[in-house]
Amino acid sequence: MIDWFPLWLSLRVAALATFFVLTAGTFVAYLLSHKSFRGKNLVDSLITLPLVLPPTVLGYYLLVLVGRHSPLGQLYEGLFGQPLVFTWQAAVVAAFLHSAPIYIKAGRAVLETVDTRYEWAAHSLGASEWRTFWRVTLPLAWRGLSSLASLSFARSLGDFGVTIMVAGNIPGQTQTLSVAIFDAVESGDGRLARILVIVISAAALALLWAAGYLSRPARAQSAG
Amino acid sequence: MRIDARLIKRLPPTGGSEAFELNVHLKSDADITVLLGPSGAGKTLTLNCLGGFATPDEGRILVNDELYFDAPTKLRLPPQQRRCGYIFQDHALFPHMTVRENLRFAANAGRGNSGLNRHRRIAELLETFELADLAGRKPAQLSGGQKQRAALARMLVNEPKLLLLDEPTRGLDGRLKQAFYELLGKLRERSAAPMVLVTHDLEECMELAGHVCLMEAGRFTQCGPRERVFARPATVEVARSLSIYNILPASVEALDPGRDCSRLSVLGQLWEVPYLPGRLIGDQGYVCVRQSETKVVVASGSPAAANQLLLKIESASPSLRGVRIQLEHAVIAEISEAEYALCRGSERLTVEVPSAAVYFVGK
Repeated sequence: MIDWFPLWLSLRVAALATFFVLTAGTFVAYLLSHKSFRGKNLVDSLITLPLVLPPTVLGYYLLVLVGRHSPLGQLYEGLFGQPLVFTWQAAVVAAFLHSAPIYIKAGRAVLETVDTRYEWAAHSLGASEWRTFWRVTLPLAWRGLSSLASLSFARSLGDFGVTIMVAGNIPGQTQTLSVAIFDAVESGDGRLARILVIVISAAALALLWAAGYLSRPARAQSAG
Repeated sequence: MRIDARLIKRLPPTGGSEAFELNVHLKSDADITVLLGPSGAGKTLTLNCLGGFATPDEGRILVNDELYFDAPTKLRLPPQQRRCGYIFQDHALFPHMTVRENLRFAANAGRGNSGLNRHRRIAELLETFELADLAGRKPAQLSGGQKQRAALARMLVNEPKLLLLDEPTRGLDGRLKQAFYELLGKLRERSAAPMVLVTHDLEECMELAGHVCLMEAGRFTQCGPRERVFARPATVEVARSLSIYNILPASVEALDPGRDCSRLSVLGQLWEVPYLPGRLIGDQGYVCVRQSETKVVVASGSPAAANQLLLKIESASPSLRGVRIQLEHAVIAEISEAEYALCRGSERLTVEVPSAAVYFVGK
């Protein structure tokens, strides 16, 4: 009997991480694409950093940043009554870190392709920036952003390095699919490893297909 | 003054283009002010400064006695508070909304209207601009002319105080252009706000402008009421840019205020024109005669008569009014097919200008 908990946990972690990527990531991408401010390049570099650093380094930073003795970690413990590290919530943070940089970088590009004139037109009609963002910019960028969101979900499913550093490998608690595969190979359970590999590959393929489907240009409508 | 805008904006050189400086003073009391100039002259940048989408480095903008921008006091009203109706090139109708939703977006964005008022205003505007049947369509399902009407209707929803139109007839054929000018008449019934319209189309300028600002390389070369600018270009460069004039070098030979008469030497011929106040004998300059007033004398002899020139024909091409003949010294005249048949084969042609049509501009 196969234990499906890792799959269920991975889906839950990826869904939550994607939710945070969509909200916070879209906000940051909007700032980067529409605002000029001091230190913009630095922010951009910081966002790219997780893409190039080894997962162990990122995991180490996270442990220092949100560990039980850090201010952030204590704040979290005070708010939720339990430490963050070595819980499945830490796996969400790890997955977020794994998928947010790509979402933000590509999301910025998507938001930049929205023709400024639509936003200007909205402003000249009296619409606030907030209203313009919700009613004009976001709907026009939605196709691209939702495709990126499914890509983020697929990427969140696949994090291994950071997850094992900050969430550990506790079966039934923090063991996500990718960690479970590592565990199965280590303990010589070839059959389990094979099945999990096929499951995660199929899920990733389906999500990539969905991303491609969403990012297709809208069918051209004929002019009347 | 309904519009009084002093604008200086410097754009640093970028990859493809050189540094650019906009330095203009737009003052107008007219209903429609037209900025006329070639592309790259800074017309759209001027509109963007008025609308709040570009911030001048120096200057101030005063519209209907309301201060939009003042560089010394760092006052800059955001576009939302300027209440400018802006027609962008290609209209910028929101592609994901229907025509009615586009108007409703504008109504909801504006302040102070009650729900019922908004509803009524949208219905009225859809009716006025013949959009009632198209209200449920998305912009992609509209023709060029329909998009134009929708953009105008959307602009008027919030009763703007200044109307900015950026090449509104670009890409429309002659018939649709005419329809658009009629629409502007309709628009006038609903909004008395001053309008600034950008174009590089001379005929459009003729058709619409009350006040004209000719623009070149970030500057106004001449501003004023339309008739004045077109009849009295300030410099020979302005006259050339209008491309409605035949321009020939000339010098003042005699001045007789008593008989209200002056004599000019044009290519060695003496022309008699009305008295030129403020000129001196020997002044060098140019005579400008509208191409439409340059007559061709078909039964040509020697150019003995006054105000005539014998010029070599360089080429002839069919035109709307008959045949357009290009003569030496870049003189252009238009004659009918029948007249052209009479002078076909001759190498030279005599042109005559009525003395009242001659305008002398100094060097």
